[in-house]
Amino acid sequence: MIEIHLIILFMIGAAIIAVEAKDLLSSVIAVGAVGIGLSMGFLVLKAPDLAIMQLVAEVVSLVILIRATIRKDIPFSASGRWLFNTISTLIFVTVFIFLAYLAIKELPSFGNATMKVSSFYITDGLAKTGMENVVAAIMLNFRSLDTLGEATAIFASVVGVLAVARAIGRTKEVKDE
Amino acid sequence: MTVYILCLALFSVGLYCVLRKRNIIKIIIGIGIIEYAANLLFILSGYREKGRSPIFEADKLVVNMVDPLPQAVVLVSIVLGLSVTLLLVAIAIRIFEKYGTFDITKINKLKG
Amino acid sequence: MTLIVKTVTRITLGFIFLYGVYIGLTGHVSPGGGFAGGVIIALSFVHIMLAFGKDVALKRFKAYTVRFIVCLSALLLLVIVFAGRYGGPISSNVMLMGIKSWPIFNGKVAIPICEMAVVGAGLFSIFTALVLLSKKDKNAE
Repeated sequence: MIEIHLIILFMIGAAIIAVEAKDLLSSVIAVGAVGIGLSMGFLVLKAPDLAIMQLVAEVVSLVILIRATIRKDIPFSASGRWLFNTISTLIFVTVFIFLAYLAIKELPSFGNATMKVSSFYITDGLAKTGMENVVAAIMLNFRSLDTLGEATAIFASVVGVLAVARAIGRTKEVKDE
Repeated sequence: MTVYILCLALFSVGLYCVLRKRNIIKIIIGIGIIEYAANLLFILSGYREKGRSPIFEADKLVVNMVDPLPQAVVLVSIVLGLSVTLLLVAIAIRIFEKYGTFDITKINKLKG
Repeated sequence: MTLIVKTVTRITLGFIFLYGVYIGLTGHVSPGGGFAGGVIIALSFVHIMLAFGKDVALKRFKAYTVRFIVCLSALLLLVIVFAGRYGGPISSNVMLMGIKSWPIFNGKVAIPICEMAVVGAGLFSIFTALVLLSKKDKNAE
């Protein structure tokens, strides 16, 4: 399964460019490349539903990041206490990688998923719900309360953005008078 | 096993970006990279060798589908990650309106 | 925006909207579903605003109407899911999941329409709020 290795290597390369670029526009475009690489990865891993969703969500976040932030200026990155910051970051990331490796060793090897819960969804899916898409049957039918929670979370973020964005207009109108 | 280690390397690139950079937009980019790596790890753990996508078709076998349950969970996760990114961008614009800069060390020092 | 962008936007706008509705409504047979369809519908509205400017877009879709659609469809989704879960045998057979019941009350039509409305209108109102924010900043200088 060599394609998934190559796609993840491409994503790591684009992520390193996104982190280290001095120009904000270049790093935002590099994050777009990481997202599109992830969508290709989902397609290779036989998940077409997720590939569509990841592509359109990536486009929306790219549009908002470029439209709303690129006109502002880029500050100089002053460097104070550089040695202490680097050493503490390296220690933290090393400890995290070591503990995560101990956790990942417990997973079943790549390609042999143990599907204890999903076998119930696969064998009964078409007969009980009448939907051919098993992922849609799980989301709309077996676990529809999770879908309600997701719609609630989207609604909460819409309310949050409208609340943050409205207070500025009012303050500036009061100041102009 | 190598795939999981590569996915962990992607996660640590994003983690380094969140910890070390001083620009708020770079921190938002780092959070986005972390969320991509987390979703990828879920789908990698549910892959079956020579499997097929979880859609019933009339002429194919039912036996070797990949796991559909992580896919339903990650679908929710992608949408929620998008909402969190939009909220972060709105707060970052608000901070720029008030302080005039994106640098987090200067935001610490200014008052009012 | 230039003339090429405006002309191409006028032509392809209906196709993008139609594609979003198609992916949202046939989510139970093909990959897709309500959330992906809603995001594509929101992208078609965002396309108008990027190509023609914020005044033309806000004259067609007033801010009050968009927010009203978001709140109404969120309430409708809440009513549908709770009626199916706690309503007892009559409402669960009629509204949510029966394969042989009325088509409009199936899980295949009602819930995806509510999802598409919430996600589509919600993302468009977020984009409107963020664009208005940065425009005010440029006008005040």
